[in-house]
Amino acid sequence: MTTNEYTVALAGNPNTGKSTLFNVLTGLSQHTGNWPGKTVVYAEGFFTYNHNRYKMVDLPGTYSLYSNSADEEVARNFIIFGKPDVTIVVLDATALERNLNLALQVLEMTSSVIVCLNLMDEAKKKGIRIDAGKLAEKLGVPVVPISARNKEGIDALLKTIDAMVCGKIKTKPIVVRYSPEIEQCMEKLIPRVKEVIGDAYPARWVALRLLDGDMSLLHAFYKLFPSKKEATVYACDGSAKSI
Amino acid sequence: MHATVPQNRFKELLNEAQALAPADTREQIVSAIFRASQAICDETVTYETQAKQYEMEKLDRIFTSKLWGFPIMLAMLAVVIYITIAGANIPSNMLASFFTWLEGYLTLFFQTLHAPDWLHGLIVLGLYRGTTWVISVMLPPMAIFFPIFALLENYGYLPRVAFNMDRLFKKAGAHGKQSLTMAMGFGCNAAAIMSTRIIESPRERMLAILTNNFVPCNGRWPTLILLSSLFMAANYTGGWKTFVTASVVVGMVLFGIVVTLSVSWVLSKTALRGIPTHYTLELPPYRRPKIWDTIVRATLDKSVYVLKRAVVVAAPAGALTWVLGNIHIGDTTILAYLANWLDPFAKALGLDGYILMAFILGLPANEIVLPILFMGYLSTGSLTEVDGLHSLKQIFVDHGWTWLTALNMMLFSLLHYPCGTTLINIYKETKSRKWTFVAFALPTAVAIAVTFLTTYIARWFSLV
Repeated sequence: MTTNEYTVALAGNPNTGKSTLFNVLTGLSQHTGNWPGKTVVYAEGFFTYNHNRYKMVDLPGTYSLYSNSADEEVARNFIIFGKPDVTIVVLDATALERNLNLALQVLEMTSSVIVCLNLMDEAKKKGIRIDAGKLAEKLGVPVVPISARNKEGIDALLKTIDAMVCGKIKTKPIVVRYSPEIEQCMEKLIPRVKEVIGDAYPARWVALRLLDGDMSLLHAFYKLFPSKKEATVYACDGSAKSI
Repeated sequence: MHATVPQNRFKELLNEAQALAPADTREQIVSAIFRASQAICDETVTYETQAKQYEMEKLDRIFTSKLWGFPIMLAMLAVVIYITIAGANIPSNMLASFFTWLEGYLTLFFQTLHAPDWLHGLIVLGLYRGTTWVISVMLPPMAIFFPIFALLENYGYLPRVAFNMDRLFKKAGAHGKQSLTMAMGFGCNAAAIMSTRIIESPRERMLAILTNNFVPCNGRWPTLILLSSLFMAANYTGGWKTFVTASVVVGMVLFGIVVTLSVSWVLSKTALRGIPTHYTLELPPYRRPKIWDTIVRATLDKSVYVLKRAVVVAAPAGALTWVLGNIHIGDTTILAYLANWLDPFAKALGLDGYILMAFILGLPANEIVLPILFMGYLSTGSLTEVDGLHSLKQIFVDHGWTWLTALNMMLFSLLHYPCGTTLINIYKETKSRKWTFVAFALPTAVAIAVTFLTTYIARWFSLV
């Protein structure tokens, strides 16, 4: 029986119960609070399910991933450069429309996404009904309704995570269509992006960020590539550690 | 191979992209995303009633109203502090008595071993006393204050505080979110410095960092509470004593907030000039917290935190103070020598040399300022037996303390430089020696100016 280790990232708007879900899954007691901006650096914890070990990373809650502030940058960099095996986007079921904006942004960055509809109990009380099946169909990724506070739906979530890391779930994330003007620019840029940074990063998303003039992403790439150069140099010396 | 890619290719790529991009790219991107979200919601979400929404709005109309917002905030603060003081007194005394009782046995143990005096001094009078002091004075108030704070936080009251304070901070040229980072500071300034990351604009973030220290943290609450109950409420008994103590502490907190706003205002008109950025603060729904979970978690977390601090910081500081207080140069100890040297300056601030030295040696953590002071005093006097917290006041009075000394120590504690951990975090977050120095020097200057003024005024009016 082999044990694999996978990384699961938790993303979402502030105050959607990411930390509560994190605590439920990892059994840790990270401090939770009912106000935006509590988690500014990410917290890590571990759990085991179905013989696999998972490292769970609780990202800072953000409204967007355009790196307007330091915490947005932390969250974005982890999803892009940390390459988690699964990214769970936690959405507040009582404010789905606003929360979906972030989910759509994450779906542009990675296809291994599970959308977690949290606070279903509260939504129910408020008389909000969400068709999870249809939402999954629209988004092209699994949608799991839960209530982290009452520990409801956690098992279904774990099963979905398990199925995703085993490659049993094929996702087909929705592609947001931009204005014809932006789409044309991206069409021109994407081949150039692939040329410069290779296939390891989502070219459409990188192109979009470049069009938006995202300097911080550029700096992140700067930092990343020289380190690869060093790694190659060491490899030539024959004294390399495998990385 | 990527390694061969010269770095300027990225720059080139960005320039290419920028040449292509229309001027309103961000707007076009955001509106496309918003439209997509809306389209998805239209097909997947249905609403039944809106009754709950009203309930929350009703509450918010009270909590954030122009008329009631501030009185409610003040009342909440007062109640929290009152409960803390009233509840902490007895367990604090019990812990102190217990540790004193245990100290007797420890001393006995050392005597039976025929251990040398210096070893007993270092371990029992230094290390043990420093550590147990921090535990008995810090633990009870923290174990009461933080669960209550956590309950308010989990219920969703904090963002309402930010909403109420927003206008004041805007007028001071700062960011409304600064009130949230300020609230974090009541727990720990070092953690609050990290939380300033939620402020996007570097200018406003710097304001929040530089002024965060003006709210009392974990390590300073006990100093404020103890001194105000010993000196400010000395003539009252029973419930009134607690009430007066609480009022003085609330006054200190309010004064700290006034200083925060004033310093922010001055800075935003001078070194950090600019217009506050607009932002939307989301008011999250009120959620009934899991009361028992919250209480247990906050209590345990805080206890572990305080105990850790006690061992990591207070124990070595206690030992060091004992060493300084017992190594003689000529007739005087190093400690007395330092204290005497600081004395003239300290007197001008209404303090004395020992107090100022305790603040200097207490740089690593505010928790240890009082224990160091207390041990410094003990090393000079004949009094070596301390029976619980009752005899504390006598020690202070024997060293010439008046209410003015207590007031000035409270003010200095409230306003002086941040602790070592906080300064390290400020350096990490700003990556600038200059700003870290400002974060040290600015509060210190304020503390010196304020205590100098109160002393001067009190003496002018012959109040002491």
